[in-house]
Amino acid sequence: MAKSAPPAREGLDKRGLTDEQLRAIFRNMLLQRALDNRGFQLNRQGKVPFALGSEGHEALQAGAAMAFSRGNDILAPYYRDLGLALGIGLSPYEILLSIFARAADHNGGRQFPNHYSSKRAGVMSFSSILAAHIPHAVGAAYAMKLRGEKNRAVLVTCGDGTTSEGEWHESMNFAAIHKLPVVMLVENNEWAISTPLDKQMGQPEIWKRAAGYGMPGVRFNGFDPIETYAVVKNALDRAHRGEGPSLIEGVCYRFLAHSTDDNDLTYRTKEEVTEHRKDDPVPGFERILTGAGVMTVADVEAMKKDVLRETNEATDHAAAMPYPVASDLYTHVYEGAYQPWL
Amino acid sequence: MAVSTQEQTTTMNNVEAVRHTLYEAMKNDDRTVILGEDVGARGNVFLITKDFIEEFGAQRVIDTPIAEASIVGIAIGMAMEGLRPIAEIQFADFIYPAFNQIVGEAAKTRYRSNGEYTCPMVIRTPYGGGVRGALSHSISIEALFYHVPGLKIVAPAFPADIKGLLNAAIDDPDPVLFLEHKKTYRLIKGEVPTGHYTIPLGKANVVRPGTQLTVVSYGLYVHWALDAANALANEGYDVEVIDLRSIRPMDKTTILTSVEKTRKLLIIHEDNKFGGIGAEISAMVAEEALFSLDAPIRRHCAPDVPAMGYAEPLEHEYMSSPTKMADAMRELVRF
Repeated sequence: MAKSAPPAREGLDKRGLTDEQLRAIFRNMLLQRALDNRGFQLNRQGKVPFALGSEGHEALQAGAAMAFSRGNDILAPYYRDLGLALGIGLSPYEILLSIFARAADHNGGRQFPNHYSSKRAGVMSFSSILAAHIPHAVGAAYAMKLRGEKNRAVLVTCGDGTTSEGEWHESMNFAAIHKLPVVMLVENNEWAISTPLDKQMGQPEIWKRAAGYGMPGVRFNGFDPIETYAVVKNALDRAHRGEGPSLIEGVCYRFLAHSTDDNDLTYRTKEEVTEHRKDDPVPGFERILTGAGVMTVADVEAMKKDVLRETNEATDHAAAMPYPVASDLYTHVYEGAYQPWL
Repeated sequence: MAVSTQEQTTTMNNVEAVRHTLYEAMKNDDRTVILGEDVGARGNVFLITKDFIEEFGAQRVIDTPIAEASIVGIAIGMAMEGLRPIAEIQFADFIYPAFNQIVGEAAKTRYRSNGEYTCPMVIRTPYGGGVRGALSHSISIEALFYHVPGLKIVAPAFPADIKGLLNAAIDDPDPVLFLEHKKTYRLIKGEVPTGHYTIPLGKANVVRPGTQLTVVSYGLYVHWALDAANALANEGYDVEVIDLRSIRPMDKTTILTSVEKTRKLLIIHEDNKFGGIGAEISAMVAEEALFSLDAPIRRHCAPDVPAMGYAEPLEHEYMSSPTKMADAMRELVRF
């Protein structure tokens, strides 16, 4: 299944989602775009040294987050998962605390922005080293299975680039051997910074690798949040029932450069990006919801206004918070008080 | 040693001490799991976990695929989600694929999450030479890891220390790399208290008091250094030998107290000299006790070559011996 904007249609197949959930998905997508914009703006204004956006992943992440069972499931995300983080319970304020590297950030201003981590929301801590978190997700799923916990699973995500790492393979293999409650969601945006898919893999359909591990594999349109929800829900349900892992591949596109430190026009054309923009899932889903009567045009306008208000308030609130102090450098090296050379 | 209960002891060699301690940990805490290559049906290549799989089940004694990065990575995930994993790397030489998981992940989990997530786990691995282990079954790895804040590294030499320090490592809230010198596995025997006890990580042990020279070592070489020091006693030289036991944290106090008494320091280790543990101890003593010294600090360590060879003369040349150690000690005492 290729990525494409789903057509607006009467009699929308909602795949079990309520209108309220559909509106929540759309609001999440709007919020992602607003927060991505905010990060880049703050960087261009010289207020933060770095930002990274998820534009193009909005539908995939908002749909996937709706399938996540809060309080039960664990999310092991990667750094381009703003919509998943928001969708399972992190607030825009928490996101902005990390963009501003404030003391109240979950990581205490230590990590780059977008390194979502929250024990409260069930988001595992991770580093910037790709695929390093995938065995962690599998280990957490092993713990759930060992304890006999029903209706719990780990949703672990990565981009297409990460599927080249050895730990990606090792983790898939281990998850399959032990039939662990883990869902591997690959967000295929076609680019590993500057490296296109055909230089990453000889066979470009990542989901097909599932057969090699002995688990189900599914490819879906990551520009369609409803289809994404249905695929992720199905895979999580399967894991909750103790039937083992799945490899699911959502096809999307990275509209922005890799980060504020990247210039994507050094390796891809403006025309390519413009062509993909025609299928932009955010206006696409707006058309679907208004076409199906889930929202009116006035509802959409009101929601956009509200998202901007929330983003502005979160920005002001986070910006006003203090930085970590210099002495915070020395905390949490080990448990207990800091002792150089211990 | 903090012996908490009775004075009853059992004679064990080093491999039995590891096995005994792991067995108790598995029995006493359901959260404990052991994972690694051939730890289950085979019971580990040194038979350390023999029959564990029958008693504790394949879910807690996990035969993993041959994939060291994920052995450690999966253990990290288990630890973050409430288990107490003990991961085994079959030989220390095989730990390189897991380097990122240990250095980039386990050591930084607590720090990068500002204390929200922790990584209480033990990584056990047999290291060291003198067993005709060739290039890839003989190396010492401690210097590759001791640079890293967030890790703790232990390398005991005696069975009673193995038990107390392994118990402490298992209880520790942070990741611990537990190094077992494989030549000592069956060579070294000793009395081990039968009850549960721990020895705090980061405490060295003066295993032979002396007045003329401080020797700091760890692992197999502690035993050879004791042999050398005892031989030198017949020549009238009085050498103090410190068994470091923990490499990180390192017991500065015991080293400095000894050096201030003997006024001479010799560091002996099996690992390469350049950038080894001895370099850090030398720097520390030079910074903190230079004017207590009556002689230059000396290091008696492996030559600057990639590894010991399989052929006996190559292994022999790489390794020290009680005789070579005695020569190094004598020279420094006479300085």
